[in-house]
Amino acid sequence: MNIATILDMAAEAFGDRIAVVSGSTRMTYAELRAAAQRAAGAIRASKASYVALLDVNTPAAPVAIFAAAYAGVPYVPLNYRLTKAEINELVERVAPAYLVSSGDYRALLEPRADIQVVDRADFLNLPESLAEGVPEPGDDPRAVAVQLFTSGTTGKPKAAILRHENLMSYIVGTVEFAAAEEDDAIVVTVPPYHIAGISSALSSTYACRRMVQLDGFDARSWLEACRSENVSNAFLVPTMLSRIVDHLSEQGEGARLPALRSIAYGGGKMPLSAIQRAMSLFPQVDFTNAYGLTETSSTVAVLGPDDHRAAAASEDPLVRKRLSSVGKATGAVEIAIRDEDGKPLAANQPGLVFVRGGQVSGEYLSLGSALDADGWFSTRDRGYLDDEGFLFLEGRADDVIVRGGENISPGEIEDVLLSHPAVADAAVVAVPDEQWGEGVGAAVVLKENAKASVAELQELVKQRLRSSRVPQAIVFRDALPYNELGKVLRRVIRQEFAEAQPTASA
Amino acid sequence: MAVALKAGAKLKSAVCDTQLMVVKAPAGEYDIRCGGLEMLAGTATAPEGAQLDPAQAEGTLIGKRYVDAEEKVELLCTKGGKGSVVLNGVAMSIKQAKQLPSSD
Repeated sequence: MNIATILDMAAEAFGDRIAVVSGSTRMTYAELRAAAQRAAGAIRASKASYVALLDVNTPAAPVAIFAAAYAGVPYVPLNYRLTKAEINELVERVAPAYLVSSGDYRALLEPRADIQVVDRADFLNLPESLAEGVPEPGDDPRAVAVQLFTSGTTGKPKAAILRHENLMSYIVGTVEFAAAEEDDAIVVTVPPYHIAGISSALSSTYACRRMVQLDGFDARSWLEACRSENVSNAFLVPTMLSRIVDHLSEQGEGARLPALRSIAYGGGKMPLSAIQRAMSLFPQVDFTNAYGLTETSSTVAVLGPDDHRAAAASEDPLVRKRLSSVGKATGAVEIAIRDEDGKPLAANQPGLVFVRGGQVSGEYLSLGSALDADGWFSTRDRGYLDDEGFLFLEGRADDVIVRGGENISPGEIEDVLLSHPAVADAAVVAVPDEQWGEGVGAAVVLKENAKASVAELQELVKQRLRSSRVPQAIVFRDALPYNELGKVLRRVIRQEFAEAQPTASA
Repeated sequence: MAVALKAGAKLKSAVCDTQLMVVKAPAGEYDIRCGGLEMLAGTATAPEGAQLDPAQAEGTLIGKRYVDAEEKVELLCTKGGKGSVVLNGVAMSIKQAKQLPSSD
């Protein structure tokens, strides 16, 4: 088993179909395979033990994924937003490597004898002769296909490894071969070093769908790409979707995206108000919320288009609430909730989210497997399953506020704060509290020219939730700190509160 | 000769281009044939003079999933060919494609 089979199948069945569009470059599935096989020849000749990529999204990314698979070495895309020192540290960890890069990113690399740096343009135009004599791809399901450095908040980044069997299990379990229509196209805006960037390239190839690549994200160029390429599908992280919605309302612009049928979102919590606005702005679009992690080869739960519509239209508050869930386990995995001692919990009981299935690797280089004896992986996310198996996330286990022994999830308080007409953004974190150990703190961004008092926001939370949920400290900020993929950096906000004086209980 | 079908294992037809990948199969021994002959696992090669049985030439289609009656055994066709796929003496059928929500 080898993920190269995915490209072999697409090239065999739909070789003439456009695989990838990037600016004025267009490449068919047959051309993608030919480029990957030439690159595999070059990689084998280099004796590299990794294929690394330090670059934005271009056709070199899918070529490198499959070239590594044909050559039988792991593919390791690097985060080009890291500092020069951090990047070179990671490069050292993958040496000897064949490293594809370009321009400014290439300039960050310190020369090393055991790293062969290849310019992106050269990588895409390797001589035909290199493809000759490249043996059939290896068949070992346990071979490592992809290695991703996780953005650990403390210590050195961990190297999560995904084996061919994990990724193949994900693809075969969640996609039907050649499911895309001839004209379908997906616009890809997640960077190549993110698990969603990899799963997207594999899923699109298996579906034989055209990938339209953007090398960065802004609402205007996203809309332009969708229109000029008649894009039918998109994957977005929540902040991207919010920015598109904001852009359209600011410009008073109609969506004008007649070809767009499906938007999938994931990679962070989507505020309820944002998805509701998006659904009313794009009534013809199917929305899908996907939840997954690097260690689970991407998506493990999905809130599908019908779930979105049923929840939005329902009178039943329990059904309506599902719009803020991440849906049900895909057919390829099982999901269970357990308490801190590992004891399984019943429906509606919050605890730690565990996942099991062929796509779940839960494994780090030199640290070994984080799976338990029965193959379950602890996501370190907190949440619960409702009576019908819809998964509700309450945030990272480390983000949960423990106030006098009561677990409080930041998400539900944030949703209430965001429902206030003056509030543009909100993040809730644990703050030090002498009486309760931890208390609730909130950093709030107000909309331009809008006003809301601390007391008013506290009253709102008290009415909607209960008094233990009321933030005892609320600070107003011009903006919240985010990482480049739109994940709010709670630790930065927590730090700010911690450095301030401990606050008295409300 | 009966063989175990391990998830991920690749099977090649001895008489046509068909290649299958095991998606799932309960533990046990199976007789898996394509075009009338036992399929080849690993690096095994076709016996001398092996020929497609014209009565076993329904053909296989790339990307289709072949299942037994109870859908306990599932094989993905990674390369199409001329032969029919037969498991323990019973022709396998094409699994109905599911509409899976596109998540990426």
